[in-house]
Amino acid sequence: MTKENLLIKSNEARKIILEMKYKSKSSHIGSAYSVLDLLIYLYYEKLNMTKENLNTNKRDRLILSKGHASAALYSVLSLKGFLEKEKISNYYCDGGDLPGHIDNTVSEALDVSSGSLGHGLSIGVGLALASKMDRIENTIVVILGDGELNEGSIWEGAMSATRFNLNNLLIIVDANKFQGYNKVDDILNYERMVKMWKSLDFEVFEIDGHNFEEMKKTMGAKSFMKPTVIIANTIKGKGISYMENKLEWHYKSPNEEQFILGKKELEEKVK
Amino acid sequence: MRTTFINTLIELAKNDDRIVLLTADLGFSVFEKFEKEFPDRFYNIGISEQNMVGIASGLAIAGKKVYVYSIVPFITMRAFEQVRIDICYHNLDVKLIGVGGGLAYGPAGATHHAIEDISIMRSLPNMTVLAPGDPYEAKQSILETYKIKTPSYIRLSKNGEPLIHENTENLKFEIGKSIMINEGNEILLLTTGNMLEQANEIYKDIYRLTDKKIGFYSFPTIKPIDKEMILKISKKYKYIVTLEEHSIIGGLYSSISEVLMKNNLKEFKLERIIPFAIEDKFSHCVGSQMHIRKCYNLDKESIITEILKINKIIRS
Repeated sequence: MTKENLLIKSNEARKIILEMKYKSKSSHIGSAYSVLDLLIYLYYEKLNMTKENLNTNKRDRLILSKGHASAALYSVLSLKGFLEKEKISNYYCDGGDLPGHIDNTVSEALDVSSGSLGHGLSIGVGLALASKMDRIENTIVVILGDGELNEGSIWEGAMSATRFNLNNLLIIVDANKFQGYNKVDDILNYERMVKMWKSLDFEVFEIDGHNFEEMKKTMGAKSFMKPTVIIANTIKGKGISYMENKLEWHYKSPNEEQFILGKKELEEKVK
Repeated sequence: MRTTFINTLIELAKNDDRIVLLTADLGFSVFEKFEKEFPDRFYNIGISEQNMVGIASGLAIAGKKVYVYSIVPFITMRAFEQVRIDICYHNLDVKLIGVGGGLAYGPAGATHHAIEDISIMRSLPNMTVLAPGDPYEAKQSILETYKIKTPSYIRLSKNGEPLIHENTENLKFEIGKSIMINEGNEILLLTTGNMLEQANEIYKDIYRLTDKKIGFYSFPTIKPIDKEMILKISKKYKYIVTLEEHSIIGGLYSSISEVLMKNNLKEFKLERIIPFAIEDKFSHCVGSQMHIRKCYNLDKESIITEILKINKIIRS
């Protein structure tokens, strides 16, 4: 897909997410918007995941360990045809199919339910280890939040990842710089965080998490030599100007006025 | 019971290459056999229990039958959230094997004692909970849970437990079914896990002292609890004495009470349950498993005294 088409897709997804969050009045739109472009690239360019291979062990897998960005993943799955569009409309609502975090039973394309931070990497290690045991060549992608890196269990998983030399494991950190109550840097300094991955012998890349070319440059290869971490520098709330880089958009949902404004902005972007 | 576990697992693993064993740095002098025979199916994850359970989840999603091992508190409590979400919510084929149920680690102290594990494990949906009391129950627990594809927790003792079930040709071990060792009347002794040995001694001593063979059942499965049998025995016995090396909160006694209280109590012959369990208090009592039981009034003599009191009531 061309860069332009990827931009169109991500814009479409942003509109869906805005609708979901407005209707349900649920939190985490900032988190969904920071990770979205990475998900678009992964599902449209990188992951070996089709309707035909969905039920096999051979396909690639993705774990959204920062499960609160669920709207982003659900929207991309619906665009790809892996999730029925009707389910999107009842996100987070009474009787709906989709909760605010990830429930893997809603789609065959989903392997892991998430929502409590710090779990996804170990599960990814298990999946990557199984592939090695069975000599399957696939990629296991685990998306972590930068705040999520506070959790010790992440580093337990990281320790195992390089110990087992899981070069089929691709970790992406959605580094949008804000967590629940502070900036991420207030809790764990960014440079230290980068060094932590490097000291565990990961291959580490730092990219602009909204730049498809940089994604292609780092993720475009079919496989890696070492377990790899891509630290994607992103903007919380990316895509709607009044949301960008604001901690409060971790929590807030757009009111009617903000919804109309946001929708207009998104529509203007793709013309 | 650890050796029973490993030997049984080795037999299973010979015929099923999906079986994987993970340990959190434990199993020294016991697991080497398994590792030698199946080197690519054995992983010491290291002292990271949450990670280990998460890894088990990933392996199971990819189709493996995963056995995860550590000392009871570390596997059930340190990794509880991973057990809750990564295993139970996903309903995966993972068997948690906890060693050192109850006070089996004795002088090692409170951090190594398993007091609340049955209560927290059975509160998880999809989790099957077993506490075998002797090598027969342990082996059967491993064999039967192998057949199911949903989460299970097996609370092992340590080692050296004697065989209590001697004539097992006519026994059919089933998950969810209690084992009747003796059918008596009026007084029933009911136990689970590593209290089975002591319960057996109590049963024999009571017979010596009163010429009476009280009812005696073993409940190796705590969840799903044998509801049918509980209702049956409540219609037959006046007094049920429960015995467990676990907190009074949430274990065998609680499980049985929960079943009973939902029914029409008027239909019962049962008048009282007398529970023996670890009271809701941490102990700094130092000593062997047997010694600490005494500190908690869970020793044989304390229990026999109570049963004799009941027997006196019946006789008068």
